[in-house]
Amino acid sequence: MTAESTLHARVVVRRGAFVLDAEIEARPGRIVAVVGPNGAGKSTLLDAIAGLLMPDEGRVAIGDRVLTDAATGRRVRPEHRSVGLLGQDPLVFPHLSALENVAFGPRSSGTSARDARRAAATWLEAVGLADLADRRPDALSGGQRQRVALARALAPRPAVVLLDEPFAQLDVRTAAELRDLVREQVRRTGTAAVLVTHDLVDALTLADHVVVLHDGRVVEEGDVLAVLTDPAHPFTAALAGVNLVVGTMSDGALVGPGGVVVPCGPDAPPPGSRAQVTFAPAAVRVGAAGWETRVVDVENGATGVRVRTTADVVVDLAPAAAAALDLRVGSPLRLAVDPGDVRVRPAPPA
Amino acid sequence: MRPSARTGASTGTTTGTTSAPRLLWVPAALAVGLLVLPVVALVVRADWSSLPSDVTSPAAVRALTLSLTTSVTATVICLVLGVPLAVLLARASGWAADLLRALVTLPLVLPPTVGGIALLYLLGRRGLLGESLDAWFGIRLPFTTAAVVIAQAFVAMPFLVLGVEGALRTAGTRYEVVAATLGAGRWTVLRRITLPLVAPGLISGTVLCFARALGEFGATALFAGNTPGVTQTMPLAIYSAFNGSGVTQGTAVALSLLLVAAAVAVLLAARAWRPGRAE
Repeated sequence: MTAESTLHARVVVRRGAFVLDAEIEARPGRIVAVVGPNGAGKSTLLDAIAGLLMPDEGRVAIGDRVLTDAATGRRVRPEHRSVGLLGQDPLVFPHLSALENVAFGPRSSGTSARDARRAAATWLEAVGLADLADRRPDALSGGQRQRVALARALAPRPAVVLLDEPFAQLDVRTAAELRDLVREQVRRTGTAAVLVTHDLVDALTLADHVVVLHDGRVVEEGDVLAVLTDPAHPFTAALAGVNLVVGTMSDGALVGPGGVVVPCGPDAPPPGSRAQVTFAPAAVRVGAAGWETRVVDVENGATGVRVRTTADVVVDLAPAAAAALDLRVGSPLRLAVDPGDVRVRPAPPA
Repeated sequence: MRPSARTGASTGTTTGTTSAPRLLWVPAALAVGLLVLPVVALVVRADWSSLPSDVTSPAAVRALTLSLTTSVTATVICLVLGVPLAVLLARASGWAADLLRALVTLPLVLPPTVGGIALLYLLGRRGLLGESLDAWFGIRLPFTTAAVVIAQAFVAMPFLVLGVEGALRTAGTRYEVVAATLGAGRWTVLRRITLPLVAPGLISGTVLCFARALGEFGATALFAGNTPGVTQTMPLAIYSAFNGSGVTQGTAVALSLLLVAAAVAVLLAARAWRPGRAE
């Protein structure tokens, strides 16, 4: 069962200087998060899976059903792929009621009007909109429209559903409700889901597996918690709110750009080798000892004040600690980290 | 008369005429005068006592019947041929599509009389196609009712194509993509998503197209002639009456009023029928 409807996609798309070369796998009932900055190639990847574009190389298959194969030129049309789509804009058909929107998919695949409407009613109930079946989209709230879109995407029972930042336009509370709903419905229906997101919360609360896409390449992937607590790539570190410094080992410490010195403890790589360290902003101590730096900007942090310094090291301070310091832009600071708070690994080849 | 796109997000309308500079009232009032006063003059000038007999005279009824049937036929032809053209143009890109778009607009900027001559050179008895049509099938189009319909379709089709194409471009393809991922084939998408989404543009385009066909004069006069009951539509009948051949200028005014009434009726009918409730 599992292997039968697992999505496997390898997609290479060349557009001038930009090259997307990514491979992902999504299993039934599971959600894979694809994270990465704008322009990393996330939407192009989804378009290739949905059959909206032909990759230059690669192959998209659900189980042993090949949907796209660049080598043979095979490209199954979007309506025959069994790949659903839920984007950040719900795109609920404005001329159809909520019920008719959800019934559209089953109806298109040949289900009788009556059965399609019955199935749609069940779906609307599953997303908590049973009372609003006859409403037109313009009489629904943004969250309600996205619920209709979710029900509509799942109603034709796709093997794979592509979630393209589906919570980006919703307020915090509505987004949280919809996240629960998406997770619940994806598991219940055994749909394989690919979730493209910018949002750390999306990845943490929904995904089992995360793929980090940067400049068209998968730079990191794995279990969500493992990747986010010990990021190997600067983008992942920034997403997870962790400091990442690349430098050269010297005397058991890593020396990075801007004079950053991070002691590495017993399992430090040999002197002279390239390495990278990660440490939490809250683990950084401000005091008389350590490397010299300057304040770049100061903002509200989750638990106090977040200070960005030169060499891109971020420091989280408790309000009382912050009040005792001179935190104007350009003020000098001395920073230090304990070896016990530092994770070290060899630097990836440049 | 731009067709407005229907999007899901619109929840209310705001009226914002308060911020326009007051000086705009002067030219705006002159514009209204220019557009409305001639019709007022027509109404004032009409001889209301003889109006019923003028309007119901056999010549007037014949011309009106011919005008309505030819205009409706031309509009149907424009819909059947023009909507597919608009769909393809809206989804095409590149220089060839741009060129085609410009060519489609040509009848719009061409004086209708030039259009009439062009049609004669194409479909006339010695025309590019007309000669073959006559030789092979014995079909002679000029100066027939069919010629009236062709002339009307020629001048009216651009209004429909441009209106529908604009609406399609505004609507975009995003709904169509979603519909395809839901399993809908291309015909289903066209029938259930694309055309309903552009219904307002389709209707306003059809109304403009019909109105243009109804008022068509120049191309008809040259290509179809002015035979009562066969090719003499309302505009031609009015012109003949005004020039005093057979009937009086009073008749011309009465016929004009009849045409104005028909046009207003079409506009009102189109406004009353709001799309989007069906399906």
